[in-house]
Amino acid sequence: MAISKEEIIHIAKLASLNLSEEEIEKYTGDMQEILEFANMINNVNTEGMNETVAANEKSNVFRKDEVVNFENRELLLQNAPSQDEGMFRIPKVIN
Amino acid sequence: MAREDYEIVIGLEVHCELSTKTKIFCSCSTEFGGEPNTHCCPICMAMPGTLPVLNEKVVEYAVKAGLATNCSIEKNSKNDRKNYFYPDLPKAYQISQFDKPLCYEGYVNIETEEGEKQIRIERIHIEEDAGKLNHDEYGRGSFVDLNRAGVPLIEVVSRPDMRSAQEVEAYMRKLKSIFEYIEVSDCKMQEGSLRADVNVSVRKKGAKEFGTRTEMKNMNSFRSIVRAIEYEAERQIEEIEAGNVITQETLRWDDVSGRTFPMRDKEDAQDYRYFPEPDLVSIKLSDEYIENIRKELPELPESRRKRYIEEYELTEKAANFVTSSKYYSNLFEEAIEVCKNPKTVGNLIMSDIARILNEREEEPEDLKFGGNELGELVTLIDKGTISSAIAKKVLEELFNDVKMPSKIIEEKGWVQISDEGAIKEVVMKVLENNPQSIADYKAGKDKALGFLVGQAMKETRGKANPQMLNKMFLEELNK
Repeated sequence: MAISKEEIIHIAKLASLNLSEEEIEKYTGDMQEILEFANMINNVNTEGMNETVAANEKSNVFRKDEVVNFENRELLLQNAPSQDEGMFRIPKVIN
Repeated sequence: MAREDYEIVIGLEVHCELSTKTKIFCSCSTEFGGEPNTHCCPICMAMPGTLPVLNEKVVEYAVKAGLATNCSIEKNSKNDRKNYFYPDLPKAYQISQFDKPLCYEGYVNIETEEGEKQIRIERIHIEEDAGKLNHDEYGRGSFVDLNRAGVPLIEVVSRPDMRSAQEVEAYMRKLKSIFEYIEVSDCKMQEGSLRADVNVSVRKKGAKEFGTRTEMKNMNSFRSIVRAIEYEAERQIEEIEAGNVITQETLRWDDVSGRTFPMRDKEDAQDYRYFPEPDLVSIKLSDEYIENIRKELPELPESRRKRYIEEYELTEKAANFVTSSKYYSNLFEEAIEVCKNPKTVGNLIMSDIARILNEREEEPEDLKFGGNELGELVTLIDKGTISSAIAKKVLEELFNDVKMPSKIIEEKGWVQISDEGAIKEVVMKVLENNPQSIADYKAGKDKALGFLVGQAMKETRGKANPQMLNKMFLEELNK
């Protein structure tokens, strides 16, 4: 399976990345290698085996529904580049 | 082709906020309102290195919702990551469910003009809500409040089984009522805890294939949903009739202009790249767990409806109406404990209480008085202390100020006049003032009696006992 330049451009767009022409070339090659590696796993015979849902075999790790408030808004907002009235201020979002 | 030659096809994705105390993956409060970013912590704000832990109540409530809507429960479920960028989504992905939703293949029944209709549910899955963006009018930017980020939701996905805006409203009201009965959500539409994405397409009647659909997101009032569907179906039919093709796209409904507008760039095809959530482990549910939840389900509206018809002899219409909301149904049950007159209580809820709520643009959950007040009111009618005309006035009063009806009629002097002497006095006075009506009656015009009774009611400002008036007028006229 070969990956195309167009697919790399699409993936970059979904990830909000601006790639230069050289980078697109480079990543097309890199991605191809990753895919080939994954293909090795794809070709392993798994007949008769159960599907693995997650790498961690544990299940049912739950939390009780009890409120614990963090109560330190300043700390939560301290790294915000811009803030106003306790909110993150961001460039205007038009919908 | 004419409008009637087309069929509208509608499917719904209903989002419903669960009424757990805490968020789905952290211990922050889910309470509505609150100062911006005060119900937040490093987990729901997506600080690096934090990990989610699933709230056990979210699983329980979702399973409850599934069982109450006749779904099968997935015993081997998991969470998945849905990737997209938006400023209200701090992690740049939403933890949701993809191929193993907790509940699948259910249905609810709705009442339509042609009788009962089944609307199939494809799936119900759990996911986290996004935060809220605020905009100011000075264009200084947008402001992110993450109090709602991480509030648990269930998304109920229907099959495209609805054929009119009215069926959609009935379906949503049914879901709302069921979720209120089983207490998994407060379903307050004005607070956004119940909202729907509406998928609409049209096709020529008899066609097998569906037409191309458009989607309207985040609709949160019944009125807007009905208007939006009617507008959008009409628009699609006009496009097709004009020889144009419908484009699959997301639309925004504008309530003010009553129109839909394209929302997103069509080039921006949605590609969420779902994959199993690596920060969470799988959810395995035992038969015992599921059966225990099933056993704890309260009596559902369907069952109450049947009971009201069989046990209390309500009409089908009244039983449907009273059980359409948990709040009506509980009010009904409390009131008949007091007055033992289910028929009158049912009728008052269906006609007068519903009408007043409608006039006030309120919902059944906004009712401030309870079964004690309503029950006493019906007892007062039954004892003849007040007429049904006065009862309506007492009800209006109850909406403004909750007091016992006996107190209201005492304060307002609304006690019905059942004293024979007093009634006779009014009858004689009315007869004296209306000789023409007497003549009409004697000439065989029965309507004249109604007029005379009306005059007497007017004279007593609605307080005279109508049965006594009738009887006494007849006695006098036939002398």
